[in-house]
Amino acid sequence: MAQLEMWIDRTKCDGHRLCAELFPEGITLDDWGYPIITPGAIPPRLLPHAQRAVDSCPVLALALRRVARPSAPAPAPTATT
Amino acid sequence: MNNTILWYTTRGAGAVSLVLLSAVVVLGVLSTLRYESPTWPRFLTTGLHRNIALTAVVFLALHIVTAVVDPFTHLGWLTAVVPFSSYYRTFWLGLGTIAFELLLAITVTSLVRGFIGHGTWRAIHWLAYASWPIAVMHGLGTGTDTWSVWMLAIDAVCFVAVLAAVAARLLTTSPDPLAADRARFRERVSRKTPR
Amino acid sequence: MSALNLFAGPAPSAGAESFTDHTRRLGVRPKGNRALLDTLDRSGLVGRGGASFPVGTKWRSVAGRSRGGAVVIANGAEGEPLSRKDQTLMALRPHLVIDGALLAAEAVGAKRVLLYVGEAHRVAVASMTRALAERPASDVARATLLPAPPSYVAGEESAAVHFVNSGVATPTAVPPRPFERGVDGRPTLVQNVESLAHAALIARYGDAWFQSLGRHGAVGTVLLTVSGAVIRPGVIEVPSGCTVDEVLELAGGVRGTARAVLLGGYFGGWISSSRAGTMALDPKGLRAAGGSLGCGVVSVLDDVADPLEVSARIIQHLANESAAQCGPCFFGLRSLAAATTRLARRQPDDGDLAHLHRWAAMVKGRGACRHPDGAVAFMQSALSLFEPEFAAAAGGRGRMVS
Repeated sequence: MAQLEMWIDRTKCDGHRLCAELFPEGITLDDWGYPIITPGAIPPRLLPHAQRAVDSCPVLALALRRVARPSAPAPAPTATT
Repeated sequence: MNNTILWYTTRGAGAVSLVLLSAVVVLGVLSTLRYESPTWPRFLTTGLHRNIALTAVVFLALHIVTAVVDPFTHLGWLTAVVPFSSYYRTFWLGLGTIAFELLLAITVTSLVRGFIGHGTWRAIHWLAYASWPIAVMHGLGTGTDTWSVWMLAIDAVCFVAVLAAVAARLLTTSPDPLAADRARFRERVSRKTPR
Repeated sequence: MSALNLFAGPAPSAGAESFTDHTRRLGVRPKGNRALLDTLDRSGLVGRGGASFPVGTKWRSVAGRSRGGAVVIANGAEGEPLSRKDQTLMALRPHLVIDGALLAAEAVGAKRVLLYVGEAHRVAVASMTRALAERPASDVARATLLPAPPSYVAGEESAAVHFVNSGVATPTAVPPRPFERGVDGRPTLVQNVESLAHAALIARYGDAWFQSLGRHGAVGTVLLTVSGAVIRPGVIEVPSGCTVDEVLELAGGVRGTARAVLLGGYFGGWISSSRAGTMALDPKGLRAAGGSLGCGVVSVLDDVADPLEVSARIIQHLANESAAQCGPCFFGLRSLAAATTRLARRQPDDGDLAHLHRWAAMVKGRGACRHPDGAVAFMQSALSLFEPEFAAAAGGRGRMVS
């Protein structure tokens, strides 16, 4: 069974906060009401809650993705290189 | 089937649909306004909005089906999808068809929201503000019970609730704290001359 | 020691080098091809826009995905206020940059070249425009000049791509990265103009030559912008690996006594002058040691200036330059700036200093682009190096600012 982690598009997130209500084990809120997502694979027993959190986002900012395996090196974080 | 049962079911389901859809509109506005309280979390608003909407669709289907199969009304299945194609109260019934189709578009797009993306979904969802008043007018125009006291009371409550919600929506600034600054920044970094 | 490589040739006072002079001095431009990727790999050239990522690897990642329709963006946006190297390079040696961009296009299989020049850098824009007009028609057909909006994040890779695609220079969430899907969904190479200029010379003279220009194991030359408390601030070119002390000497020496050096610009970090002095300015070496040459800014803070005031100004600028797309970046940097400013005024709120540490950790990594990360890295270096001043300000002591 592939491991899944939570991914967020930060440009879409508007701080509606439903995700933190529905999946408190994996999402908490920062001092300004935006989600802090626990990194790493989600424990299988919590996956239904994580999925519900993803479905609840009014702006579709969340997704469950397969945990990336270290493979061929990808270019470094975006910068003005 | 006993015609009376069909007839009463049509009217009853219609009334129930109206009440439920009014609640859906109010909950939708509460969701946009990000209403919450210690006993009312955000997911309750959106969860109720979704579930009551789906329930409303069920009652709406009942309303339409019983109306069409009822031999007394002489409505064919076509009248459910082609507006203004019935002999019976052509205009007011036609409004119902339109309201139904708008609601169908809203419901279907909401169910496949993940596939069509947020932008498209949102654009179609705005039709809700058209669908509700058209449904109300359909009810007032075709409704056998329109002038009975209990129906007037139901109509009044629904009308006031939705009006209050829409007023709140119009009078409140966007609860998204980033909205203004984001727009200002976009303006700053937008291409001024055409491509 | 300066003016060795990119700035070899006519003196700066002569202005932009014309195409005729450029061709006479350096010969006809070689053609780019896959072999150039190997040469770049061997040369050890790393990107000069801030991330110091190996250039050969970057071109390869685009070449591998290109089916002939890739896009090259020469990134000369230079939104960093302390940096002037890219605009100077484009002003004086526009044809080196254009050569590099065209070589990249040929090597990665791109049909389109965009010269993304910061519109506020008017001399550079004029120089690049004129230079394009001097080129043969075959070059110009592929290349277009695209002025970049004057903002800090306009030079961010995904922002540049988004600007070409939609006319708005805001960063986007990744994946997909530009090398995967960028302009019009095609694999896109976004490369700093200095990196392209180096590549243009490596293509002519080879990797061994480039390596020989460096010192103490570092390769090539680097462009730096020296500013702050120095006698002769400005842009200089030095061998990679030379020390900060040597660089400051070239800038005429420090004016007064140095307290700290800001290395890398607003996204860089403060280093104590004692430590900085012998630090070798080698992009790869610094990155390996956990630091960063960034965009090559070397700014000296003397012991007269108030480090809290200077830091507050910088973090405030970074907060103002947030694209306001991501809550943690916009509100986090704003909160950091407000607290730092209060501390700089010696009028802190209770808990301001503790909040700075908390918020810096809270904001890191939680934006769609690296803008908040750079700001946090700067903030944390200030908190670390100027710990005594911060503590004094938070404790209510320290001098009042008028």
